[in-house]
Amino acid sequence: MKNGLILFFLSSSFLFTQSDQMSADDIMKAMDQNLNAESRIITSKMVVKGRRNNRTIESKNWVVGTELAFTEYLSPPREAGTKMLKIGEKLYTYSPQTDRVIQISGHMLRQSVMGSDMSYNDMMEDRPIEELYSATIEGSTMLDGRDHWIMVLDAKVKGISYPKRRSWVDKEYLLPKKEELYAKSGKLLKTASLEGIKKIEGRWFPSKFVYKDELKRNSKGTEWIIDNIQFNKKIPDSRFSKALLRK
Amino acid sequence: MIKFLAKGLIRDRSRSLFPLLAIVITVTLVIFGIGFMEGAMNNFLQSTAVISSGHVKVVTKAYEKESNQLPNDLALFETDKIIRTLYNMYPNYFWSPRITFGGLLDVPNENGETKEQAPVFGIGIDFFSEKSRQAEIWELEKYLISGHLLKDRDDALISLKLAEQLNVNIGSAITLISSTMDNAFTTYNFNVVGTFNLNKGQADRQMILVDISGVRQALDMEDAASEIFGYHNSLYYDDEDAVRIRSDFNLTYSDSIEQMLRNEESYNALSYMAGWNKISNAEKRKLPKQRTDALSDNQMYDNIDEWEDLSVEDPAIFSPKMIALRDSSQLASMVDFSNVAMSVMAAIFLVIVMVVLWNMGLMNGLRRYGEFGLRLAIGESKGQVYRSMIIEAVIIGFVGTLLGTILGVSLTYYVQEFGIDYSEAINQMSSEMVLPNVFYAKVTSELYYIGFIPGVLATVLGTMLAGLAIYKREMSQLFKELEA
Repeated sequence: MKNGLILFFLSSSFLFTQSDQMSADDIMKAMDQNLNAESRIITSKMVVKGRRNNRTIESKNWVVGTELAFTEYLSPPREAGTKMLKIGEKLYTYSPQTDRVIQISGHMLRQSVMGSDMSYNDMMEDRPIEELYSATIEGSTMLDGRDHWIMVLDAKVKGISYPKRRSWVDKEYLLPKKEELYAKSGKLLKTASLEGIKKIEGRWFPSKFVYKDELKRNSKGTEWIIDNIQFNKKIPDSRFSKALLRK
Repeated sequence: MIKFLAKGLIRDRSRSLFPLLAIVITVTLVIFGIGFMEGAMNNFLQSTAVISSGHVKVVTKAYEKESNQLPNDLALFETDKIIRTLYNMYPNYFWSPRITFGGLLDVPNENGETKEQAPVFGIGIDFFSEKSRQAEIWELEKYLISGHLLKDRDDALISLKLAEQLNVNIGSAITLISSTMDNAFTTYNFNVVGTFNLNKGQADRQMILVDISGVRQALDMEDAASEIFGYHNSLYYDDEDAVRIRSDFNLTYSDSIEQMLRNEESYNALSYMAGWNKISNAEKRKLPKQRTDALSDNQMYDNIDEWEDLSVEDPAIFSPKMIALRDSSQLASMVDFSNVAMSVMAAIFLVIVMVVLWNMGLMNGLRRYGEFGLRLAIGESKGQVYRSMIIEAVIIGFVGTLLGTILGVSLTYYVQEFGIDYSEAINQMSSEMVLPNVFYAKVTSELYYIGFIPGVLATVLGTMLAGLAIYKREMSQLFKELEA
């Protein structure tokens, strides 16, 4: 028992020392490792909290890397059967009411997904943080009794939705507990927070994301609740074909 | 006597024809001028009322603030109930819900892929309800270029300019890409059943017209509407009346809904309080109102500058508010200016015409100086000569005014029916106001009598003034004048 305790303290102090000495690049790499995978199959629901009512939208997503994603909406009845397909930079949507496949591009990418606080651009920009930003550590702070780095991320590629971000990264989970997303001008556009972080298939992953579009007067935020997630499952290529949108 | 004078007038053309022509022309001009000004102003107001403002309209307070962004997320709920209330409160008006929306119009090719796309400004109008009278006020039969009017929920009329841009024909399916009132992306298919040209400048450049039932389906707005438009049953915009009902509605109905929404919100906020379930029902009814009043007294509703985080979101922004035509589209100064300008222009016009006719009466009197002298010399009394002059002036004035009124009203009626086309000039103007391409005159009841003011009154007054000279003439001088 005593040996066990010593081993615990030794290992935790080693871990603590290791995480405290991480560089900003290491932290971004670790965040990417937690959040991204070769493939993901997610069943989730999105709770859109408006000033006048709340709506819950259930969906199932199949994601391979950062290039391919397929989403099928399961409920409510009005949205059921709506599908979205992302292939690289292209995003297609299909609605059973019109039986049309429409490519979403240009300014439409800035529109909200199902009335939520997330835009299509948010969905599209799935690339690893490390590829998009260069980071500096601003300092450390305690948040909800846990130690966090405060990191400032500046875009190193052009044309992304949020040229600047400030993240509060949990030193143990290596996940951004809270984020502020800014425009080039410095205006706060969105805030995001991660809740219910738990270990899934060997990685820390949140079970709830909360987004708030700070420019939307009529929104109280959107909760994206992960009901089920599977990492690195084989997904057939046919899942990402345009033909499947109509089926 | 009158018969004798009338015969004289007919036989002596120089005495009657020129004055009669002058009176006919001026009276015609007065009547047509006033009729055209009235009509043009009414056209302008009616175009704006039909397309964008109604004579009055009801919106949420939040919608009004951001109305230029077509914010359907701030639309009115329970519109059927509000409309029933409006009919009860103001039976002289008819009420109709309206949804205005923006988006993209997508035209597919034979494989269902996007062929053409263009931004669109759409209006969902209640064409199918019996009471709404929208088909009547839009007069779409008049503006229809091809196809037929809406018959089905998913039918759409598309402006000729947009149809040409997108290369769509009657029978084509078009997909509207827009946002629901929850701001969710949405697509919806409409069938093009007709093209139109509203003849209102740039207003219809990107316009589609659909029935409100189709838009409600497309934008998930069941029993909701961007605005509820109200029109006076006579279809004439009465500014005073519109302002009266606007003030009345906002002071009574709107304020009571505002209070109700705030109390509801207060009730919800207080129900999270520890111990809420332990207090009596009487207290539960009283406390929300007290909280609402306290927040209101301290201006804590959305007053972030003073209260920052303690500021409270105001649910009253969703309470309905009535706006009169003069309040929207910056029309207040336009309405006021037009009323004053119309009166001033009409007055100036009348004065000028009166001076002309007066002068004509004077000239006519002076021209017949010799004739009057002869009549006096052969024994006619001054009073008889003077009276005969005035009766002649009345006859000429009356006949001229009658003919002028017939001609003026006919001309005004013609322009009322067929209008004067200003398309080219209007199309070159870029304005937020809805300007009609074709201006129509308006035959109003005043046109039937307004011509008598210059036509009879001025002519008679002129003659009376000229006739005064008769009394100044001395009998002894008359023969000398005749010899000369």
